[in-house]
Amino acid sequence: MMEIRYAKTHEWAGKEGDLYVCGLSEYAQDKIGDVVFVELPETGAEVEQNAPFGVIESVKAANDLYSPLNGEVAEVNTALEDEPELVNSSPLEDGWICKIRSDDESFAALMSEDEYQVYLKGQDE
Amino acid sequence: MSYIPHTADDRRTMLETLGLSTVKDLFTDIPEAYRYPELKIPDGLSEMDVKEKLSSLARKNHASEEGLWFLGGGLYRHFIPSVVDAVLSRGEFFSAYTPYQPEVSQGTLQAVFEFQTMVAELYGMDVVNASHYDGAASMAEAALMARRCKPGRNTIYLDEGIHPEYKEVLQTYLTGTDALLKEGPPGEDAACFITAYPGFTGEIKDLKSLGNRTHEAGALFIVHADPLACGILESPGACGADIVTGEGQPLGIPMSFGGPTLGLFATTKALIRKMPGRVVGQTMDASGRAGCVLTFSAREQHIRREKATSNICSNQGLLALAAAVYMAALGKQGIRETAQLIYNKGVYAASVLGSLEGFKVKTEGPFFREFVLTCPRPAREIADELQKKGIFPGLALDRFDGFPENDLLVCVTEMNSKDDIDSLAAALGEVSR
Repeated sequence: MMEIRYAKTHEWAGKEGDLYVCGLSEYAQDKIGDVVFVELPETGAEVEQNAPFGVIESVKAANDLYSPLNGEVAEVNTALEDEPELVNSSPLEDGWICKIRSDDESFAALMSEDEYQVYLKGQDE
Repeated sequence: MSYIPHTADDRRTMLETLGLSTVKDLFTDIPEAYRYPELKIPDGLSEMDVKEKLSSLARKNHASEEGLWFLGGGLYRHFIPSVVDAVLSRGEFFSAYTPYQPEVSQGTLQAVFEFQTMVAELYGMDVVNASHYDGAASMAEAALMARRCKPGRNTIYLDEGIHPEYKEVLQTYLTGTDALLKEGPPGEDAACFITAYPGFTGEIKDLKSLGNRTHEAGALFIVHADPLACGILESPGACGADIVTGEGQPLGIPMSFGGPTLGLFATTKALIRKMPGRVVGQTMDASGRAGCVLTFSAREQHIRREKATSNICSNQGLLALAAAVYMAALGKQGIRETAQLIYNKGVYAASVLGSLEGFKVKTEGPFFREFVLTCPRPAREIADELQKKGIFPGLALDRFDGFPENDLLVCVTEMNSKDDIDSLAAALGEVSR
């Protein structure tokens, strides 16, 4: 299984071949509720770690998506255009958002699974 | 709670906190001479005297129903069935402020839903919002929306025939942004191209070719369309419009000295999330009953704040209701017939007025409701003379930059009878001699 690391803004990233797959964490999808729309970044767009690169809209709110990594968007999950609810039902697999061609450095800067769990405990207090 | 806002003690405490001794000290920043100007207000009058004074002032007004009215230029005299006012003046609709808090105001939500549906049909578009402040505001919001849809393109191109006052409103909206306003065909930097249908002076353009040219330039095609004209013309949606805006005043709303009016705004399903304004949708509740809700709210200012698609939240709920009642009362057939009447009467007026000695119809090709009549002498002089006799022959175009002083914009609606038009011809023939 690929190693998944997390951003403070609740996006995850994991290496798949020479690209990094990114998505929204289990915790975040649960918090925002039923996802009704995902504004995906454009393929080829330059993205910067922690800078907004898309929007996720649920029935109760719209939130910016922040890029977990530096790099270039190589692929986006067009399935979300018709089935944005995949973010809720399968946040770590079918509900992935985009694939980024990135360096390992920005990936290493993210939190590990354990660190993220500790971070989440702080979020709910 | 006491109804006396502050006692002498309260005031003293406040002044002490501020380090002042008298209320006058609060105003020392204002130059002495302007501090307490003497207001030249006459003494009070009895109610009877006030009423008499106001009615004598009111008698100086000239209502459009009296005399001959051919004045247009943005606001139009149309027939308003009495059912419109009867529905509007019901307390449930009339008195409420922003009455459609989600879910609890089903009546108002449903009325807005019907309004959206009928406007969508007239314009041939997928979605319509719950209205804007007026037609000019709608056009300006459309320009801003085009910029959101086309990042990196910052120029708004305008076709000929956009109302000069609308251009001013656009300019105001774009102040403080890096957007540019240009006239002419769309270039590579075009976010959108805006045309009017019909144009300010009544001409009807070939929308399809304008739309094709705009899309070839990679820009959004925005059509400012008169909803009544759409009763007989091919809809802007069928001609490739990405956004349609309009002034809803012809749909059952009186001219009322220039306002309030109603801004229409429609777009395609693909662009719905970039659209400003409120949208009412229909859904099912838990027991399967149909109900209306505000939808796509996540784009709105109460949720997205600084990233909202628009931060001007005023809509015209009551006037949107008027338009909905008007459209429902006339029905498809009635709207088509009204538009046909307007078109036919305009053609007749142009032929009669254009054949007067010294006069010439300047508008070429098909037009709707309005056309330009070139007069033998300044149009303003003619209009001023005729107005004294209760005849309003049209709008002298010299009030706008770039229009010749002899040009008169004549407006003909279903309210002008053949006799009216013939009388206008006679009056114009006389004053031009």
